[in-house]
Amino acid sequence: MSIELGHFALILAFAIASVSVLGGYAFWRSGERIALFLAQGAVLQFVLVAVAFAALIQAFVVSDFSLALAVNNSHSLKPLIFKISGVWGNHEGSMVLWILILVAFGAMVASFGRRLPSDLLALVLTTQSLLVAAFAGFTLFTSNPFARMVPAPLEGNDLNPVLQDIGLAIHPPLLYAGYVGFSICFSFAIAALISGRIDQAWARWVRPWTMLSWTFLTLGIAMGSYWAYYELGWGGWWFWDPVENASFMPWLAGTALLHSALVMEKRNALKIWTIFLAIITFSLSLLGTFLVRSGILTSVHTFASDPTRGLVILSLLALVIGGAFLLFAMRASSLRSGGLFAPVSREGALVLNNLFLATATGAVLVGTLYPLVLDALVGTTISVGAPFFDLTFGALMAPLLLVLPFGPLLAWKRADVVAAAQRLLFAAALAIFLTILISALGGVSISLAPIGLLLGFWVAFGSVAELIDRSKLGRIPLADSWRRLVGLPRTIWSTAIAHFGVGVTVLGIVATTAWETELVTTLNPGETTELSGYVLTFDSFEQVPGANFIAEQGHFTITAPGGGTRPMVAERRTYVASGMPTTEAAIETYGLSQLYLQLGEPLENTHVVRVWHKPYITLIWLGAILMAGAGVLSLTDRRRRVGAPQRAAKPIAEPAE
Amino acid sequence: MTMPAAVRRKGWSRKQKRLAIIAGLAVVLALATTLVLVALRDQIVFFYSPSDVVAREVAPGQAIRLGGLVKDGTWQRDGQDNTFVVTDGRTDVVARYTGILPDLFREGQGVVAEGSLTPEGGFIASNVLAKHDENYVPKEVVEALKASGEWRPETAGSN
Repeated sequence: MSIELGHFALILAFAIASVSVLGGYAFWRSGERIALFLAQGAVLQFVLVAVAFAALIQAFVVSDFSLALAVNNSHSLKPLIFKISGVWGNHEGSMVLWILILVAFGAMVASFGRRLPSDLLALVLTTQSLLVAAFAGFTLFTSNPFARMVPAPLEGNDLNPVLQDIGLAIHPPLLYAGYVGFSICFSFAIAALISGRIDQAWARWVRPWTMLSWTFLTLGIAMGSYWAYYELGWGGWWFWDPVENASFMPWLAGTALLHSALVMEKRNALKIWTIFLAIITFSLSLLGTFLVRSGILTSVHTFASDPTRGLVILSLLALVIGGAFLLFAMRASSLRSGGLFAPVSREGALVLNNLFLATATGAVLVGTLYPLVLDALVGTTISVGAPFFDLTFGALMAPLLLVLPFGPLLAWKRADVVAAAQRLLFAAALAIFLTILISALGGVSISLAPIGLLLGFWVAFGSVAELIDRSKLGRIPLADSWRRLVGLPRTIWSTAIAHFGVGVTVLGIVATTAWETELVTTLNPGETTELSGYVLTFDSFEQVPGANFIAEQGHFTITAPGGGTRPMVAERRTYVASGMPTTEAAIETYGLSQLYLQLGEPLENTHVVRVWHKPYITLIWLGAILMAGAGVLSLTDRRRRVGAPQRAAKPIAEPAE
Repeated sequence: MTMPAAVRRKGWSRKQKRLAIIAGLAVVLALATTLVLVALRDQIVFFYSPSDVVAREVAPGQAIRLGGLVKDGTWQRDGQDNTFVVTDGRTDVVARYTGILPDLFREGQGVVAEGSLTPEGGFIASNVLAKHDENYVPKEVVEALKASGEWRPETAGSN
């Protein structure tokens, strides 16, 4: 019964969205009334999709195997958390989650957007409804999650064991919140193009949404990376897999958007470019979600889907993205640009940032799509792997990182680069000193390591330079410095923390790549081996039953170089329902570094173990958490809070940030 | 830093400023395009079935991806050293891999191995790609099997 209720709720949401689209585009000029109507519609859509989603969750939780989706993706023995996350561990359910987040953002705009000009609000909500109608329609007509199975089987087929992990409960919702959040920027861009009105207030509105989505996306990607790292058992944290690229491209474009919207908000410049970026970012998000799903790219994220469904998805993408760009081409020239600036200025630095980020996005896009294009045109099957991306992306990021610390120190309009350099002198000296010291002590195994270290330290220290400078640390009494530091605007703090996070991530990547050690060896219980000073003893091997699997556990004792022992347990699981094996690697964190241990399939009582020592690898994710934290911090800034932007420009008392 | 000439001079006209920015854009884009093209030429890896390997006379040492089925009864393990035969039904290639194979590596199932040929015609795999699902056969392998007439959807599962 609740299944049908859910199904009906989704159909109703689809109907309301469709009506909103027709009414909205026809009457957006009609003032408050239409905006109010659309706002109520947006909230209603959210409630209805939430009901639909709750119905699915309920069916999974009580193991209602009359629901086909539950049969294919659940099992009564599965722990509760995986029953819930199993709802979106498949194509149909993940579509409903996607739509739920879409309508949640729509409802947020509707509730917080009362102060928006009514025509802008109406157009934003209409465009948002258009997206809801398109994707709810797609879900209902091609991938109905509420299909029943008659007769209902007694037991389900279980979820892919790789997905039976806490990661599935966290990674997709975060990632989707990021992807889908950019739909708001997209809708604002479309609204600006249709109404032909775009000003600094527009940018002030869009920026918090961009920041919010970017924060979610940052966390989602970092979480996905860590999940792949510990669950897939390959010991790597990034593979330049098409799917990873698909999430990374909107992140790069979104980062660019974040910076260009800043220029637009403060200086009323880069308008057309910002609109363009807003469209591109969401288009890449759509590409990220659906190119991956269409079955064109093969990966862990491809839920078995039939080709017709992929075709519908691609047509839908072409329609949304193509339509947006058509509108852009027709209307962009009517937007007046303003805000002149010299090449060396804060604006100039942000343009440079955008240039490199956009180019990097392009390079990743080419590398991701080239095999598809070549396959379609020539019929040659190739793969573009990590070397391509390391080369192109690395070469584009290096200059960006080099100029990054200058950006926040330059003044708007026209800046003095020498003065900025003087303030960065100490950071540069410290970065060079540490790089030389570490290269001398650690030994340099790859030639690029010192350059990477230098860039990482430079960005990290350079980002803090502004904080130190503004607090007058060392020039006035410490207590006064502290007071100044605490009193700094949160946007300054968040800029510094986010950039510092970039430096930290770079350092983690460089350190792991340069100094990682690996050992593959035959090891049996009672035997001992050694890697990078860590002594591993294989204590015992045993079979242990789990909730819905049987585990073969290898118990190890690790003696760290500094003394002290810790136990590690590496597992191989065989899932009862599917008979599928998975590897659960053992990971032990020592400071910022990790020891990663994988147990191979035993053969006639001999065991193979693969051990990695990954120095400072946790910095990679810590940096991402810092970036996301900075995003949250900036959202708490009174001046930027979602829903509370001041409409008028504030020419006075605005610290140059 | 990046536009040193622009620092000290004052009174750039609007046109000059715009030109400077556009020139900068053009230079970076040109460099990036060159970079991408060079990387695409040098860093891509071709996918071959065992029959392709023989037919196209792939040079030893060249990085390729080899895809096909693991031939039944050919997987041998000695500690961490693995030997198995990759087949597309017409041609066999003996592959060697040192390390832990993916969980779902099984005889009779699809496999994609990255590596290069030895002068003797064998294949040294540096990486054997994991599959995520027991029904999953890499698309490239399906194509290769279809090409050799060995594709049996009922046994190999769906893509």
